Amino acid sequence: MERVIRKYIGKIEAQGLACRNDLLFLARDADIYASRPAVGSEQELFGVLEGMNCSALLFARLAEPYRSILDEVVLRDDIVAESGCLFPRDAETRTFLHDIPVVDSFSADAIRSALARRKTAIIRNHGIVTYGGVTPEQAFIFFSSACFTTFVKYFSDTLRGAQQGALSAGAIAGFCRIWQETERVCSVKGMPLLHAGIPADEDAVCAMMAEAGRAVVEAHLVDSCFGNISYGTDDTIFISQTGSSLDELDGCIDAVPLAGTSSVGITASSELTAHRRILEGTGLNAILHGHPRFSVIMSMDCERSGCDRERCYKACPESRSVAGIPIVSGEIGTGPTALLHTVPEALRHSPGVIVYGHGVFTAGRDDFREAFAALQRIERTCMDTYRTKLSALGVH
Amino acid sequence: MSGYTFRAIRIDLSTRTVEIVPTPEMLCEEYLGGRGFGVALLSDAITHSWNASEMPLVFATGPLVGTAAPTSGRMSVVSRSPLTGTIFDCSVGGRFGTMLKRAGYDYLEIVGTADRLVALEIDGDAVTILSAGELRGRTVSEAAAGYDSSWSTAVIGPAGELRVRYASIMIDGHYSAGRGGLGAVMGAKNLKLIAIRGGGTVTVADPAMLATARDAIMRLLRTSQAVFGEFGLAEFGTAALVDLMHARRMEPTENFRKTLFPQAGAYSGYAMRVRFNPKKTGCAGCPVLCKKIGEGRAIIPEYETVSHFGALNANSDLDTIIEANRLCNDLGLDTISAASTIACYAELEGRTVPPAVILQILCEIAMREPGRGDALAEGSLRYAASQGHPEASMSVKGLELPAYDPRGAYGMALAYATSNRGGCHLRAYPVSHEILRRPVATDRFSFEGKARIVRIAEDMNAVVDSLTACKFVFFAVSLEEYAKALSAVTGRDHDAQSLFRVGERIWNAERALNRANGFTVMDDDLPQRFFREEGSSGARVSILPIDRKAFLAARANYYRIRGYAEELASHEETR
Repeated sequence: MERVIRKYIGKIEAQGLACRNDLLFLARDADIYASRPAVGSEQELFGVLEGMNCSALLFARLAEPYRSILDEVVLRDDIVAESGCLFPRDAETRTFLHDIPVVDSFSADAIRSALARRKTAIIRNHGIVTYGGVTPEQAFIFFSSACFTTFVKYFSDTLRGAQQGALSAGAIAGFCRIWQETERVCSVKGMPLLHAGIPADEDAVCAMMAEAGRAVVEAHLVDSCFGNISYGTDDTIFISQTGSSLDELDGCIDAVPLAGTSSVGITASSELTAHRRILEGTGLNAILHGHPRFSVIMSMDCERSGCDRERCYKACPESRSVAGIPIVSGEIGTGPTALLHTVPEALRHSPGVIVYGHGVFTAGRDDFREAFAALQRIERTCMDTYRTKLSALGVH
Repeated sequence: MSGYTFRAIRIDLSTRTVEIVPTPEMLCEEYLGGRGFGVALLSDAITHSWNASEMPLVFATGPLVGTAAPTSGRMSVVSRSPLTGTIFDCSVGGRFGTMLKRAGYDYLEIVGTADRLVALEIDGDAVTILSAGELRGRTVSEAAAGYDSSWSTAVIGPAGELRVRYASIMIDGHYSAGRGGLGAVMGAKNLKLIAIRGGGTVTVADPAMLATARDAIMRLLRTSQAVFGEFGLAEFGTAALVDLMHARRMEPTENFRKTLFPQAGAYSGYAMRVRFNPKKTGCAGCPVLCKKIGEGRAIIPEYETVSHFGALNANSDLDTIIEANRLCNDLGLDTISAASTIACYAELEGRTVPPAVILQILCEIAMREPGRGDALAEGSLRYAASQGHPEASMSVKGLELPAYDPRGAYGMALAYATSNRGGCHLRAYPVSHEILRRPVATDRFSFEGKARIVRIAEDMNAVVDSLTACKFVFFAVSLEEYAKALSAVTGRDHDAQSLFRVGERIWNAERALNRANGFTVMDDDLPQRFFREEGSSGARVSILPIDRKAFLAARANYYRIRGYAEELASHEETR
C-alpha cells in the first residue's frame, strides 16, 4: 500500500494540487496505512474510513490557486446555500461525479454521510475529501476531478458574472489575486522534444505514444486518468486503454485491428470509435485528446439566450468557435449524441476541435509533434482569450 | 414503501396448497429482494437435504423489477445445491421476474414434493397446480411449446427430472438459472414447469427522480467500452471476451493444464458474428441486450460456454460448440459444469474427447444413462473422486470453475476460494478490474489489496443480485447511482453505504448457513494444480503457479477483514 500511496501523492504534487504535508491518504487491506500521522481534526478521517465499505480515503488542503478557488466557489455559489451541493456543468462532473456535496464541519459523521452519497465532498474552509471504493487510485482520480471541476466552475462563473455585471468588488479582488497564481501554474510551457517521423515498428509506436502521453501530462493538458491517445498504422489502431493514465502507458496500449476481426479493443479507451473515425476520415494518424482547462472553460462561454442549457453539451445547433477553433457538442463514449458523431467531421477542417465542457482533440500525420503543438496552442489561445474578455469587461 | 407488491405465493406441493402471504416489510428493508429474499427464506430449512420435502425453492424478484431502472428485469432462484451442498442462488434474466412482479408477487416459494409430475400456472391471481405426466422426459423446448409469448416459463429438462447434480432451470427457453443444480431441486419436487403471466404495474414513489437516476446510469453506461463500445457486450455478447482472455493467456485449456488454446479464434465473438449474423436481444428492461440470436435461430453461447466446450476440451469446432450449448439448454444442463466434467473425464481417460463424442456424452449425462452418463451426472468432483483422483476436478466446493484461469488473475483466485457458492466468477467478479479495467485497473498478478477488494465486491454483488440488477452494468455504474434509483422507486432513503450494509448482511447470512452445513475454512481453497503447475507462458506474459504462501496470506487478510479470523484460528488449532 505504501508504494501505491507514495505514487499518487507524487502525482498530486506534480499537478500542483496539494503538498504532501497538507494531505492525508489512508489506504487499507487488512491493516490501515496512513501517509503521515493525523493532526487535530484529521483524526475524524479514521472514523470515516471505519464506517465505510471502501479501500481508501484522501483528504487534502489544496495548494494555491486551488485553495482560494475552492473557497471562492463555495462562498459565492448561491445554490450551495440552498442545496448544500455544487453543480459544475462540465462533462466530468455531469458524467462521473454528478454533483459535489459541501460539508460544513470536519466531523466523521458529516463527511461519512456526504461520501455515502457521492464520490467526493468539499469540507468548507478545509479542503476536499474523496474515497476509493476499490483502490486508492480512485480516491486520487476523484480528487483530481474535483480540483479540475471546481477550477472550471470558478472561471466560468466569474466570466459569466462579469458579462452580467454581477461581480462584487470582493469577487473582483479575489479574482485578481487568484489570476496571478493561475498564470503561474497554467502558463503554457515550451514544446518538448518528441519523436519525429513514422515509427519503425509496433514497439516504436507504443514508445512514441508513451512519450507523447507523458508530455501531455507534464504540460498540465490533462489530469489523472483522463484523456486518451492513439496512432494508426495500415491495419491497426494503437490506443490507450480505458482508465489508463497518459503518463503511464507502458503496457496499457491496445492494438485494435481496423477490420474489427478481434474484440481485444473491449479494454480500449471509451473514445475508441471517435479515434477510429478520425483516423479513417482525415488520414491523420496521431490523435491526442486532453482536457486543457481554459479550452473547456471557453467552450462553455456562450451568451446566447433562449437555449435549453441542459442540452448544450449534447446537442447544440449552433456553429460555435473560439478564436477560430471549432466547438462541438458531444457526450463521452457511445450513443446518438456522442462526440464520435461530431469530432471526426470537425477535425477534417481544423487541426483541433474543442468538445463543449469536456476537452480538446487534435491530430497530426506522422508523429505527435503536430498534435501536441496544436493542443498547446489551443489552450494558450483560450487562456489569452479568457483574460482579454474579462479585461474588456473591466475585470483586471 | 413502493417497489414491492407486498404479496408472495407459498406453495406446498405435498399437500397441493397455495397460500398468498404478505411480504414482510422487514424482509424488504433488511434483504432487499432476489438473492437476499432467498437467503432469508431458506435460513430455517438449510440443514435439510437439497431433495428433502422441506427444502424451499425460491423465485424472487427485486424492488426495481418492472420499473424503468435499467437492467431490472432479473430475478434470483435460490435453494440448496445438490452439487455443492451450499446455499445457492442463480441470478437469471428473461421475463420471468418481470411477469412475477406484474402478476402481483414479490416472490414464489415452493416446498413439498408432488406425488406425480406437475406444472404450475400463475395467471395473475389464478394459481393452478396441473398434472404434467405427459411432459415427462420432454426437453425444455418441447415442454414449453404450449405457452405463447404472453407467458414466461421456467422449465427443467430430462436432466432436472433425473436429478443430474448440475441440472439447470431454463427461463424462456434460453436464459439459464444454470449453476449449482437447482434444476435437480425442481426435479426432486416433481415440478416440471412454471408458466406465469401478469399485466399489473409496479408503483414508483418518485418517477421524476427515477428518470434522473436512469439518465445518470445510462450516461455512465455509454462511457463503457466493455458495455456499449464497438467490441462490447452489446455488440458481441460475452463472447467478446474470447479474444481478450486469449490475449491475456488465461483461457483454461485441457482441463486447466494449459492457459492458451491456439485455435480459440475459431469461436471468437467476431467468428460467430461472421458466421451467424446475430441479432440483439435480451432481458426485459435491459438497454444492453447482450443475448445474441443468429440466423437459423442459433443461440450464440456465452463466453464461459464457448471457452469450456472449446479450449477446455481442446475443441475448435464451432458447430459442436453451438450444438453443445443448444443441447445443454434443451436438456437442462449447466454448460460450465457439463463441459468441465467432460474435460475432467478426458484428463482421467488420458485422451481428448472428439467433438461428436462431446455431444453424445451430454445426452448420456442428461438421461443418466448407466455407466459413463450416470457417473458424470454427479459432477466432476464426485466423478474424479470415484476414480481415485479428486485432484482432477477443477472445482471449489464442488462447483466447477468457469473460464478464467486463476493463475492469470490473483483476485479471481482469492474470490473463487472465498465464494459462498463455490467456484464462481460472479460473486466478486475481479475480472472486472483485473482484466476489463473497470471501475479501475488493478495488477492482476498481485494479491496486494485484493482481500479488501474481494470483500467489497462480494458485498456489492450481493446487493446487485438482490435489487435484482445485472452485474454487467457495474462495469460502469456504482451503487451510488443505483441507490438513487432505489430511493426513487421505494420512496425510502438509500445510499451506497446503506446498501453495502445490506450486502454484508446477506453475505454473512450465507456464510452462516454454509457453516451450519459443516463448511469450514478448509473449503475455501483452490485445486492444487494452480499452486504447482505453470500455465502457458509466452509473448512476454508469465503465467506462473500461484505462490501458495501469498495466497494463504491474502486469504488470512480476507478473514480478518470479514471478521472470520476466529474460524481460521480454530481450524489451525484443530489441525
